[in-house]
Amino acid sequence: MAAAVLKRLALTVVVLGALWGLWESYRALWVWTGWTWPFVVDDLTMPHMHEIVSRLWQPAARGGPPLIRPLLSNAAFTAKEAVVGFALGAVIGFAIGVVLHHSQLLRRGFLPYVVASQTVPILAIAPMVVIWLGGKGLPVWVPVSVIAAYLTFFPVTINTLRGLDSADPRRLELMRSYAASRWRVLRSLKFPSALPYVFAALKVSATASVVGAIIGELPSSIADGLGGAILNFNQYYSLDPSALWATNLVAAALGLVFFGVIVLVERLVVRAAPEHVA
Amino acid sequence: MTGSLRRLREWGPALVVLALVLVGWQLAIEAFDIQRFLLPKPLDIADTFWSERGQLWSAGVYTFSEAVYGFLLGSGAAVAAALVLARWRRVGGALLPYFVAANAIPIIAFAPIANAWFGIEKGSKIAIAAVLCFFPVLVNTLRGLTSVRPASIELMRSYAASGIEIFRRVRIPTALPYLFSALRVASVLAMIGAIVGEYFGGSQQQLGIIIKNAAALFQFETAWAAIVVACILGIGFYLAVALVERAAMRRHPSEQ
Amino acid sequence: MTGTEHAPAAVSIAGVSKVFERGGTHALEGIDLDVEPGEFVSFIGPSGCGKSTLLRIVGDLIQPTAGSVLVGGKSAHQARLDRDYGMVFQEAVLYDWRTVAKNIALPLELLGWDRRRRQQRVQEMLDLVELTGFDRHHPWQLSGGMQMRVAIARALSFDPKLLLMDEPFGALDEMTRERLNLELLRIWDAAGSTVLFVTHSISEAVFLSTRVVVMSPRPGRVAGVVPIDLPRARTADTREEPRFFELVTEVRELLRGRAGLDEAGAVSEEVA
Repeated sequence: MAAAVLKRLALTVVVLGALWGLWESYRALWVWTGWTWPFVVDDLTMPHMHEIVSRLWQPAARGGPPLIRPLLSNAAFTAKEAVVGFALGAVIGFAIGVVLHHSQLLRRGFLPYVVASQTVPILAIAPMVVIWLGGKGLPVWVPVSVIAAYLTFFPVTINTLRGLDSADPRRLELMRSYAASRWRVLRSLKFPSALPYVFAALKVSATASVVGAIIGELPSSIADGLGGAILNFNQYYSLDPSALWATNLVAAALGLVFFGVIVLVERLVVRAAPEHVA
Repeated sequence: MTGSLRRLREWGPALVVLALVLVGWQLAIEAFDIQRFLLPKPLDIADTFWSERGQLWSAGVYTFSEAVYGFLLGSGAAVAAALVLARWRRVGGALLPYFVAANAIPIIAFAPIANAWFGIEKGSKIAIAAVLCFFPVLVNTLRGLTSVRPASIELMRSYAASGIEIFRRVRIPTALPYLFSALRVASVLAMIGAIVGEYFGGSQQQLGIIIKNAAALFQFETAWAAIVVACILGIGFYLAVALVERAAMRRHPSEQ
Repeated sequence: MTGTEHAPAAVSIAGVSKVFERGGTHALEGIDLDVEPGEFVSFIGPSGCGKSTLLRIVGDLIQPTAGSVLVGGKSAHQARLDRDYGMVFQEAVLYDWRTVAKNIALPLELLGWDRRRRQQRVQEMLDLVELTGFDRHHPWQLSGGMQMRVAIARALSFDPKLLLMDEPFGALDEMTRERLNLELLRIWDAAGSTVLFVTHSISEAVFLSTRVVVMSPRPGRVAGVVPIDLPRARTADTREEPRFFELVTEVRELLRGRAGLDEAGAVSEEVA
């Protein structure tokens, strides 16, 4: 087991190194030839990777703490919004999924909208929702959490439903031979059968929650979150491009952490044959 | 049960729900006297939609074109990459977790940088839409190409089929369902990328800008009307991809 | 049907017919059979003769179109609600996410047994099917034969008086099959239950049973019943005794006879 982890670690280092190499060689080539397609390459558009990384340890503002500190607290702020929204959306989505599984009538009434809502660019109206709800005197992070909840809710509902429906009919027949109650069947058979599907949705939703949180922060000049930091450093991009890039690195890391947590939890909770994990 | 009765039973509840929501929305606003600029009545939105339809529609087309170009670019590149990686299966398999992880990065955060690279016109939004589409399509297509049952490959080998023929007759049909399910997701992501990308900067004829500005000015009827346009285009795009999927699947029934 | 001087028949099937609504398949017609407690009755017949359907009707998983079934004097429905029988299907149907021990304990959980009692019984069952030490394994770590033994352990865990088995060894190889046959007899003897056993294999039916019910092709009727007078204690050698071959031949003739052999001797229906 330890060998597999080391191997994975080594491979990750290699991949990161390769990406770094790609970045620098692309940069070097474009600077040397002066090509302008797809975009002009210079210190402004493509700072050196080491400049970006080292920027994190330089002060954010004159005489202040290293950039990474305020960025981390920004990330924590955004993370809080995302987590609250994600948890809410996941729980409600799961509950609604269970309800729809049991009622054909409700399913026919609501499922088309649940499915259709996945095709609608929900994220596009995020800032609007924030402005709209923000005027009600709620703390500023609430509307952002609502967006994250919304983004999580629909995939979780659909996948819960699909997962509950996916229970093996032979196993269902076995439960019938035991005259098991409906609740018992849910608990012992349908919930475990649904878990892989639910986790597949959670993995997508985790990222979506982070994205939703960042986008939701844009209009309301919430300076405390990553969205605010992005807007802020965007303004000073011509003076300090590395700062924006560094912020993006932190945002990327946040997304990866969220995703990684779900993957870890899945590995602990879903005790199924290896080939059955999505 | 006759055909039309069955269809009514199938779709009836959904229509009832829709009607209830719209009516309830209209009545609730009148009953509780919710101020119009917070949540406009559906009829008011419809009014604004009609009166400003020219501007809304041309902005919609502009934004939609960004999404479509980005979709084609990103998905095309992803499929090409997947085909290449499927040839060197061990490399593809080793890299797959990293592509899955890349999918977890909030790409949209790079929108301002895209603006810096490509300017605030179409180019930057196309770039964002393309990158958003790239990873899901790559991951799914790669999974589909490599999920062929060994028995099917062995069967083809027993017919002395060449590598290319095996690819064409077995791997690609197997991968099609995966590809199309990813393309459907990508169509939505492309629209999102285009509109949200515009929030970071764009010119007046873009749908995202209209939404943003209208919302900032509390002109919520306009904002919601623009959102309705975005939804229609989004659903339309999704359905278009679904139609192509149906046509393609009929000619290449999958190996499932 | 049921005599007053002894316990009610373990299973009483009276006039059972089954026509499936979808597709109109006429699966069974007029099945009459009484099974005494402690018997081991096998059902054998060509494909599609309805033997699995009959078993599921006894288990109240399918409703008969006509006729009735009594299990231990109760209706089949009540017997299911009272959990009077254990069922083993052709596939082990184990739950992948549970360990072997937890799989065996599943019906016990449903019955509301407390943890200590469950653990104790699971251990007994594991010993009975000779899988001691495999309690923490997961189903996918076991061979087909071992999975089937877990399924049998699970079916017996709550001591049902009746065991319904639908071609449980059909998916296994011959060697494993013969070994499991011996184990099943041992378990049957130890548990003292009644067994209804569906199979495709004539030799398996003769080897295991006290009676063999031969069924006709669709719609399934009872073509004949062959009492097996082999000694109760059967071993691997029993398969090589002359009487065994006689009985196998008798069953085979019954199958052939009702299988519609025409004058030229060709078989018009598939025979096991």
